[in-house]
Amino acid sequence: MQYEAPETLAAAVELLAGTSGQARILAGGTDLLVQLHADMTDPDLLVDIKKIQELREITNVDGRFTIGAAITGAELGEHPDVKKIWPGVVEGLELIGSTQVQGRATIGGNLCNASPAADVVPALIAADAIVHVAGPAGRRQIAVEEFAIGPGKTSLAKDEIVVSLSFPPRGERASDAYLRFIPRTEMDIAVVGCGISLERDAHGICTQARVALGAVAARALLVPAAAAAIIGTSLDAAALDNLAAAASTACSPIDDKRGTIEFRTDVAGVLARRVAKIAYDRAG
Amino acid sequence: MSKYHVTTTVNNDEFEFLCEPTQTMLDVLRDELNLTGSKEGCATGDCGACSVVMDGRLVCSCLVLGVEMEGKSIETIEGMADGDDLHPLQQKFLDHAALQCGICTPGVLVSAKALLEKNPDPTETEVRYWLAGNLCRCTGYDKIIRAVMDAAKEMRAA
Repeated sequence: MQYEAPETLAAAVELLAGTSGQARILAGGTDLLVQLHADMTDPDLLVDIKKIQELREITNVDGRFTIGAAITGAELGEHPDVKKIWPGVVEGLELIGSTQVQGRATIGGNLCNASPAADVVPALIAADAIVHVAGPAGRRQIAVEEFAIGPGKTSLAKDEIVVSLSFPPRGERASDAYLRFIPRTEMDIAVVGCGISLERDAHGICTQARVALGAVAARALLVPAAAAAIIGTSLDAAALDNLAAAASTACSPIDDKRGTIEFRTDVAGVLARRVAKIAYDRAG
Repeated sequence: MSKYHVTTTVNNDEFEFLCEPTQTMLDVLRDELNLTGSKEGCATGDCGACSVVMDGRLVCSCLVLGVEMEGKSIETIEGMADGDDLHPLQQKFLDHAALQCGICTPGVLVSAKALLEKNPDPTETEVRYWLAGNLCRCTGYDKIIRAVMDAAKEMRAA
């Protein structure tokens, strides 16, 4: 196995495009090193992307945040502006693993690992984030909900790299939240995750919303019907009932040791109610 | 397989070594640099026995490659005591009997030191959450938490 740590995106893309063998990208390594250790992957080339400046930056241009793919959970959590505007995205990333894992695990890595239970992904989908990708043909953008195509599978070509995630500008009365259900209090994998981003007007009416669910299908889902249930309401009891019903209806989960189909379907609705209320209160 | 030449700083000492690209930092610390204080518990980032601080960040050394140590500054358990003078955390672990078999202890101490440098006055809940990535199968954690709280108190008074 060859290890390379290029300092430019062009050099990284060239390395990936130029190899005839299997290549893997190394960011935080919290998934990849476990796979290497378990002989689940045996790449010929490892491309460490952490020396590429653009992947290590958080920028804010006129209220549009861009977060480099190699930003870690600990770094994002320490950024005061992102936490203020996108608290749901920050709490999604910060829920991943222990303090030690937070020091390494990256936002781009959680996305590219493509676990249906990835914690930051529902928050990113709710936030309407755009994935910026670089490859031999140049740059392209992917809506974050289209990025994963199944468990462990992404829409990236083998010589493409996730550069960053960008976020739309926010109104005054807008916020987001993410919650997951786990049977412990920390360091576990989501049985169900839910991210909601919304905006309300001066009268407390929800004018925009995006609802996303994790761990209830082969990939994290955007659920427009759940958003429609709360848009135009002040999150009254009937709206929350409709939200919960729409969230549960969208689920097509598996049965496994962490939760049954019936449990996951029910919990998706419960979490959607709670998350909507948190996001609504934060937005006010 | 060709080896990589790496220059790094561990506990303020500069080291040079050759390593395979598949070796982890934990392999390098233990097998190349003879710093065997960091332990291998799980090798998958779950147990925290291999915790070290790299450029100010607490990490599991089993989840970092040896080649990634190039140009970095690493702090391990071997750098914690000042000669024969134990760090307050180490002394409090003895005073509170916060260990039995001792395998997890170097990682717990490194993690706790990183916490107190970031937050000198943590609540018990904050200590428990911060140390959630350090597994101990002997103590039931309570003595560890008490030792860390007591060390924090002593360090604030110093």
